[in-house]
Amino acid sequence: MKDLLRLENVTMQFGGVVAVNNLSMHVGEGEIVALIGPNGAGKTTAFNCITGVYEPSNGVISYDGKAIIRNHPTGRMRKIYAGQESGKYADEKILNPTPDEITKLGIARTFQNIRLFRSMTVFENVLTAMHVRAKENVFSAVLRLSWREEKSMAEDAEKLLEEQGLLSHRDDLATSLPYGLQRRLEIARALATRPHLLLLDEPAAGMNPQETQELSAFIRQIKERYDLTVLMIEHHMDLVMGISDRIYVLDFGSLIAEGTPDEVQNNQRVIDAYLGVAEDV
Amino acid sequence: MDRAKRNHLIRIFIAIAVVYLAILVLEFTLRPTNILFTVLRKGAIYSLVAVSMNLLNGFTGLFSLGQAGFMLLGAYTYAIFTMPVSVKESERVYKYYECIVGFDTGAFIGLIAAGLVAAFFAFLIGLPVLRLKSDYLAIATLGFAEILRAIFQWDVLGPLTNGANLLREYKDLTRITLPFTDIPFPPTLFVFIVVGICILLIVLLINSSYGRAFKAIRDDETAAEAMGINLFRHKELSFVISSFFAGVSGALLAAFQYTVQAQQFKSMMTYEILLIVVIGGIGSISGSCIASFLYIALSEWWLRGLDMGRFLGIDAPDLFRSGFRRLVFSVIIMIIVLFFSKGIMGDKELSFERMKGFVKGIGRKKGVSK
Repeated sequence: MKDLLRLENVTMQFGGVVAVNNLSMHVGEGEIVALIGPNGAGKTTAFNCITGVYEPSNGVISYDGKAIIRNHPTGRMRKIYAGQESGKYADEKILNPTPDEITKLGIARTFQNIRLFRSMTVFENVLTAMHVRAKENVFSAVLRLSWREEKSMAEDAEKLLEEQGLLSHRDDLATSLPYGLQRRLEIARALATRPHLLLLDEPAAGMNPQETQELSAFIRQIKERYDLTVLMIEHHMDLVMGISDRIYVLDFGSLIAEGTPDEVQNNQRVIDAYLGVAEDV
Repeated sequence: MDRAKRNHLIRIFIAIAVVYLAILVLEFTLRPTNILFTVLRKGAIYSLVAVSMNLLNGFTGLFSLGQAGFMLLGAYTYAIFTMPVSVKESERVYKYYECIVGFDTGAFIGLIAAGLVAAFFAFLIGLPVLRLKSDYLAIATLGFAEILRAIFQWDVLGPLTNGANLLREYKDLTRITLPFTDIPFPPTLFVFIVVGICILLIVLLINSSYGRAFKAIRDDETAAEAMGINLFRHKELSFVISSFFAGVSGALLAAFQYTVQAQQFKSMMTYEILLIVVIGGIGSISGSCIASFLYIALSEWWLRGLDMGRFLGIDAPDLFRSGFRRLVFSVIIMIIVLFFSKGIMGDKELSFERMKGFVKGIGRKKGVSK
């Protein structure tokens, strides 16, 4: 299986805090991979590194075989750097694209705390995400010379809404939707950027067991339909164990385990991380 | 396009055509010195600059206060471009300097050039400034406008800007003719046509894919960026376009006033425009237009009696003295900001349905009081 996403020695240090420590992982094409760990383990930080929100302090992230993000400690970070492998990438060129460039490559994400465009309708939210693939420039857009493209964008958006079962809410304000649908809309909006790799940050947060089950079917379904690779952060173990091909476990920024759901469930370090270690009295 | 939408568009076009026709009729029936024309012209010019500010502040969420600076650039560019060479060479305007501009153009090219110069400066200023956020951006753009005003009065630039002196005898509203003829263009209609085209372009922009990208940036920068919208490029685009139209409105203001002086484009002017945007509703184009006509009508016309000793038939020369108008005006503004904090229109647009609802609402209230 080809690796779609690959992280090598990724370290993210904020001042003296090492939020992600020397993380190496890979996501194969067509896989559903989960990243789990107790609160504060650095999962979302890892996501933010992949999507270009943060510049990692050290390490390489490659997508589809090509390095897209690369950094090594420089300046002040060189003195205070507390991670490992600080010299490994020192001779290579630093790459740090902005989040929109990452999205253009085909990586889309959702957010832990839903971030929809508040003033827009459901339809407009999806349509806005299609802007990234539009070829029109500002003049042709204003003078309506590219009305054909606008029309096909609107049709695509409508089709996407229909597939996600949101068409009946087309003209509702995005924030007026019930919570579960807002999550679904956020995923639909991410899909509108035509990604190959979908990053889901706690898609089941705040959902009841029933909704969680629906979500798990939903993720499988969009994976098949849009030929996606999925990397997700999740706390709901039913969801994670049910649909993941592989699982990575983070604790205090470091990887403590990886493997299939069964392997991870029976890993003593994982159990310790979640439940704590019994002390002898 | 479905039928309801098409009907809606047709109705809007008819409404706009009626307005333009009414102006044409007024121009041929009323005396040209009528105060109504002043209000209409200045109101239209302020509409354009208010809408351009709304594009930036209301739709892209960039709080910029550089409007007066870009209007200044537009006004000067227009005046210098359209002033005939014979006037430039004579002593009438450039009294203390030798004018170095050896050409003149028509009003139309002058307007476009005014917009382009303002847009070019906006592009340069935007490069460093648009990396700032909220209040800091406002301070930086305000500072820029003030610096510009000072630079334009600098005597080293005298051969270009005539220093701190007036510019006049360029193509003001009375000198604009119909293309290829000597027939004077009806001045108010001219202002309305230029403003109308500009606002139409802004509306088309806001309703395009780029407009949605701007709104996305306003709503949530992080999410917009994650959806592949390049923040800096889109902010810069919005800033440049907004400044282009501010430049055009500055040029129109120059044409309306017959004279231009850098002194006039103080930060007070930006605040006036900001006030119009806030009163009209941040994020509403029609709100900005309505508010600007109201504002100009109040300050130039309806409240004028407060300064002249006689207001609403009441003679009180001791109370209604020069300056009293400003006091009353300030109170009105305070009331509006306190009780209508979302402005006249909020972030909605004027539509026939809303007007119908409004009229019905008035009828119902009357019915109850009976």
